[in-house]
Parts: sequence; C-alpha cells; structure tokens
Amino acid sequence: MTPSTRGRSEARPDELVTLERATCTYGTQPALVDINLVVHSHDYIGVVGPSGSGKTTLLRLLTGGVAPSSGSVRRAKDLTIGYVPQLETVDWHFPVTVNEVVLMASPTRRMVPWASRRERAAAAELLERLGIGDLGARHILELSGGQQQRVFVARALMRRPRLLLLDEPASGVDAPTRHELLHLLHDLNLSGMGIVLTTHDLNGLATHLPQLICLNREVIARGAPIDVLRRDVLERTYGAPLDVLEHAGMLLVVDAHGATATQRRVETASRN
Amino acid sequence: MDLLEPFQFSFFTNGLIVATLAGALCGLVGVFVVLRGMSYIGHGLSHAIFGGAVASYVLSINFYLGAGVWGLVSTLLIGGVSRRRSIGADAAIGVITTASFAVGLVLISRYDSFTRNFEAALFGNVLGVTATDIYVLTLVAVATCAAIFFRYRALLFTTFDSDVADVFGVSTARTDALLSLALAATVISTMQILGVTLVAAALVIPTVIARMLSNSFGHIVLLSAAIGAASGFVGMNLSYHLDVSSGATIVLVCAGVFALVFLATTRGRRTMSARTS
Repeated sequence: MTPSTRGRSEARPDELVTLERATCTYGTQPALVDINLVVHSHDYIGVVGPSGSGKTTLLRLLTGGVAPSSGSVRRAKDLTIGYVPQLETVDWHFPVTVNEVVLMASPTRRMVPWASRRERAAAAELLERLGIGDLGARHILELSGGQQQRVFVARALMRRPRLLLLDEPASGVDAPTRHELLHLLHDLNLSGMGIVLTTHDLNGLATHLPQLICLNREVIARGAPIDVLRRDVLERTYGAPLDVLEHAGMLLVVDAHGATATQRRVETASRN
Repeated sequence: MDLLEPFQFSFFTNGLIVATLAGALCGLVGVFVVLRGMSYIGHGLSHAIFGGAVASYVLSINFYLGAGVWGLVSTLLIGGVSRRRSIGADAAIGVITTASFAVGLVLISRYDSFTRNFEAALFGNVLGVTATDIYVLTLVAVATCAAIFFRYRALLFTTFDSDVADVFGVSTARTDALLSLALAATVISTMQILGVTLVAAALVIPTVIARMLSNSFGHIVLLSAAIGAASGFVGMNLSYHLDVSSGATIVLVCAGVFALVFLATTRGRRTMSARTS
C-alpha cells in the first residue's frame, strides 16, 4: 500500500484499486474525507477505527457499492472482488444450504438454476480446502460460528477474486476460529490475493496483520502495527487514551486507565 | 358421491385448470415475496389493483390494461414513499393500497349503473372465468416460470443477501424490478379467480408450508408451487361437491395443510429433542 501521489493515469498491473482524494458523504455528514489509498495484489491490510469511523464505507468505496462525492476511485481492468459480510447481517433462518450459498456466487453466466458438474466440483473443492467439505447439504444455521464464517469465505472465493474484502470477520467468533481465519487469509495473500479487512479487535486480530490503517473519517496513520499502534495515533483515532504494551514481541492495546495494572500483570507473568 | 361427475361440465374443467395454474403461480412467486419479508405487499397490491379494476370499468378500458397500469403506478408509489426512512415500506403499502382500494369503493357507490358483479373481483369466481382470463393467466404463468428459471441465481442471491449480491455483479435493481413485475402480473391474472381478499393467502401459505418441510431454497421453490397447484386442484373439487365458494375453499385447503404440517413438524421436533436429551 502506498499513497497515490504519482499523478499517473495508468495503473500498474499489481494495483487493484486506487482511491484519490476520495470523499464520501451521507446527506451533509461526511463519512470519509480525502482518502488516498492504493491497494496492491500483495497487500494484506487491516482497517481499524471506532464505530462510525467509515470502515464499512471504505470497503463499499473499494467494491463500488458507493460512489465518492468527490475524488476518484480507479479499479484494475476486469478486477474481481470477493466480499465477506459481517456475520451479524446474515439472515440465518433463510432456507439455504451451504452448497446453495457457495454456488450462488458462481462466476459463470449459466442460465439454468442447477449447477454444472464443474461448478459443483469447484464448490466441493473450496469447502474441502476450508475444512467443511462434509457440510455442503447442511442448513447454514446448523453450523458453528467458525464454520459459518468459512462458508461465506468460500462464497467469496468462488469467484476466484483478486481482491478479498472482509467486514469485521473477527466479530462474534472465538479465539481458535480467529486463528484459523488468520492462517487462511495469510495463505490466500501469499497466493497473490489482495486482502482488506475491517476489525474492532485490536489485540486478537489487528496486531497480527502486516499493515494497518487507523481510520476516523480520514486516515490517521498507516503502516505496520509496530509503527501505527502508538498512544498518540490511537488517541486521535479513538478519541480516548489507549496505551500499547509490548510483551514477547507482541503488542497489547489497553485502556490507559487500566494500563498500569495490566503492565504489572504482564511483568509478573514474564518473571514467572 | 361421484368424484368424476363435475368433469362432464366444461365450465368445471376450465375452472379446475385455472385454479390449479393460479395456485401454482401464486406458490411460485410467493417464495420470493415471503422470503424477502414482503408478505404484506401481496395483500396490499391486490387491494390497490381493485381500484384499478373499477376505474377501468368506469373509463370503459380493458380490465387487464387498466389494472396493469394501476398496479404499476401503485408499486412505483409504494417504492417512492417507502424510500422516506421515516415512513417505512409497511406503512407506505398501508397508505397507498388502502387509498387505492377506497377509490374503487367510491367509484362503485358513485356509479349505481354497474352491471358488472364486483363481488367476483373481491371474492373470486373461478367458474365465471372467460377465455381471455385463461389466456392471460397461461401467458403470465409461462412468462413468470421462464423469468424465474433463467434468473434463478440472481433472484436467490438478491433475496438472500441483496447488498452483497450487488458486489458480486448481480444487477439487484433489475432483479427487483423483474420480481415486482411478476408479482403485479400474478395478482392481476389471479384476482378474478381467487378474489382480492384471498390472493394474498395463496401467495403466502404454500411458501410457509414448504419452509416448514425443507431448509433448501431450491426445494422450497418446487414444493411451494406444487402445494399451490394441489390446493387449487383439491379446493376446486371440494368447492363443487360442498357447493361453497371456490376461492375460499382453495385457501382453506391451504390453511388445512398448513395446520397439519405445523402439528407434524412441531411433534417431530419434540420427539427428536426428547430422544437426544
């Protein structure tokens, strides 16, 4: 990810989406202001910020779901985007099986309702790869949180996207599921897929990502977690004092009021 | 009782074909209406179109033309009003459709010279269907089946997850427009058969029954159409032998099946949870 200040009109082959001074407003309220961002095929970016900071709007700008009120969005030619929505927004009582969810995103222009042998094989292979190969005929409500998450990742991957966007993928999932997701996304990124995700989970997810954007209607900072997860940046992003502790090379973001006590516990734990 | 006796009358055979086709069509379209949480729109649209039916009679224009234009305008108005967040879709449907229905009632009371029996439009009259009614219903059924067959994937994605469908390149606006058109055409073509007051039930009940029987969208589409068709066929036969209103009997057959399936699936769940505990 680099600032798009080169002033070129032609995109490099690995540039997937370029935002130039993109501003988004809902009514008179600005949701995002002057965003400059280039997402490459090798990028793996986490977007953090408080509720209402414009994280979901940023994803929508990248997908084309909303148009900027000023500035520009440029996408690579024939860019395919996979999108994983927040699990909280899914209607879990909707009558649909795992196979039906994955196959609804099939990229072919097939005009008949039933899937072709090739489509079924592709869906089965994806589900197998994500460790839920035996759940294709199950209703989505019958799965655990982690399995449900993987169904929607599988749907997004069905299009063989070059850019994968995930809205709050860590929300409502337990720690093992979060770890599995991190490994999966890491592998996908290594295979050449650009990844942008939003998260509220600073310690469980954001600190494990290679790049972060701290967002609060504008980009406050961007870079590796070690560079952007600083007290001043977090205070500007969240509008509240947050401290960052380091333990065994890992960052831990804590409420500044509780930081002293946490620091003491961390030090005690290290001594033991 | 001779079950084959009514088949010697052509009016009954025609009525039976029309009732079965109308039941299947409502069951098919109803899946998308119910699963989008729009059950109320079927009820509202049939009432709105009643206003158009009466107006087209007063203006001496073709029923299908008048009711079609009226239905389209009502749908657009509902869409326009419901976009105001402070009002909401259900309230918009309530306002537009009841006002439209009231227009129909005012016109009937103003022009006493009505020779046409509007009870048919209100409560349905399967046995009074004309050749034109049969042609229109067949045309709407074939066109709707074709639209659902060829746009099945887009309809499923849009019904399940409209926001994300857009990201995946599905034209949700076009799919929504297609569904609105199919719904309006279904209501108009079945109104004379089932009646304004009963079309909504024919749209909703088969899907609700199918939902209790399956967790797969594909199965629900097929089941709902089959339940609608069977209810039309059985209801029509029953109405002849019991000498009662055909539209009401069709809906009562649907409601009876709903009650049976509800009891059976509730008992089945209880038995399963008793076994597992």
